[in-house]
Amino acid sequence: MSSPKRAVVVPGDVLDGEGLKPGVGTFSEGGQIYASLLGIKRERDGYVDVVPVGGRYIPREGDLVIGKVIDLGPSHWLVDLNGPHPSPLRVNEVPWKVDFGDTARYLDVEDAVLVKIISLDETKRVIITMKDRSTRKLTQGRIVEISHARVPRVIGNQGSMISLIEDFTDTRMFVGQNGRIWIDGEIDDVVHAVTAIEMIESDAHVHGLTDAVRDFLETTYGKAE
Amino acid sequence: MAETPKLIDSKGKRLDGRKANELRPLTIEAGTLKRADGSAYLEWGNNKVMAAVYGPRECHPRHMAHPARALVRVTYNMASFSVGDRKRPGPDRRSTEISKVTSEAFASVVFLEQFPRSSIDVFVEILQADAGTRVAALTAVAVALADAGIPMKSLLAGVAFGKIGGTVVLDLGKDEDNYGEADVPLAIIPRTEEIVLLQMDGDLTAKEFQKGMKMAIAAAKEIYEVQKDALKRRYAVSVEALEAEEGAEEELKEETVEEEA
Repeated sequence: MSSPKRAVVVPGDVLDGEGLKPGVGTFSEGGQIYASLLGIKRERDGYVDVVPVGGRYIPREGDLVIGKVIDLGPSHWLVDLNGPHPSPLRVNEVPWKVDFGDTARYLDVEDAVLVKIISLDETKRVIITMKDRSTRKLTQGRIVEISHARVPRVIGNQGSMISLIEDFTDTRMFVGQNGRIWIDGEIDDVVHAVTAIEMIESDAHVHGLTDAVRDFLETTYGKAE
Repeated sequence: MAETPKLIDSKGKRLDGRKANELRPLTIEAGTLKRADGSAYLEWGNNKVMAAVYGPRECHPRHMAHPARALVRVTYNMASFSVGDRKRPGPDRRSTEISKVTSEAFASVVFLEQFPRSSIDVFVEILQADAGTRVAALTAVAVALADAGIPMKSLLAGVAFGKIGGTVVLDLGKDEDNYGEADVPLAIIPRTEEIVLLQMDGDLTAKEFQKGMKMAIAAAKEIYEVQKDALKRRYAVSVEALEAEEGAEEELKEETVEEEA
């Protein structure tokens, strides 16, 4: 891993990437690399990238996301991924044997699913699957939405933040890359977990965010853990 | 008609005391609207402009969508209370034109091919108008688009120059616009000095035009700095926080999978 030289860049800024290749959020023109996004510059694995700090979620290959079923077809479901377009989930991409026209028996409109993005074709059409071991239908719990750019912070360093919240509130959580978070547990615990997530999203605590969240959880739950 | 005021005095000072190549004070704030994907609020002299960006999202009506590209659709609107005499609300010839030309200006800098079949919808609201609203709107939209995470070749800066009392000046105010001889709004890519919008009202000689262009390009760079500052200010906090949580991203993939194991 190269040095984490972090700086906010705006579209059109020159990225000083000596010997590096243009990565995501960049473009090159006349041998020079420029930022195409508003975000944070990052150098890694021989590439200069710009990590976006806001905006909409744009699906990427391999992402695990929480989708909402918005429509049914005889052999597919339409799933909203919080991205630019809903994406079809075909019957051959689910772990069940679904007869033609019998899709509603398995997933109905308003159901939430944990799906994986297998691929994006050249016209940015998204292919999703539920045949991955970590994917499933979400039958209980609650879903909250945050900006997709905040996902790494909710998870924290090596999952520190998410496990902190899970341990204190005794809930199960899953953070989708599209900014949707699934929380399951006792209703009061879920409410506390949501408050903790809101703290992270509001960005109010610049330094020691983990400490701030821990303080909050300790005042609600006591220092038990 | 009221008597034409003296727009420029013997010392070259303008009605509001500005020099010929001086801009009105400009302030921009990014990310002012919570529900929009990106937004900006701008004050430029007495102009007050709000811009909101939604998208990339599904294009409605569907038949307008391009199979290989995104659509940039800017809607410029003046609030009824934005001008002295109440403006009749709703789209009119002027606002339709401004919407069109700003859409086209941005279509030349946004990486449209990254979002096939989508539309990027931009809404600009002129809350208070004092001449030069189309360039003010354009300047605000550039910031809002960047705030919305839309990939672009560069930001755009809008400026106008014109001629008052026989002198070429930058950034006309209300009276200068009303009683002046020419007004030239421009949109410029500050980095490359490419021009993506140019309109002209009134007459200028080739020489005057060249002189104005030079001033406008210099001003565009000044405006660009204000735009950059607005965006960087908005996210300065996030960067610090990210640094504090160093490494979070790298662990992201593993964590999400682990979670379900």
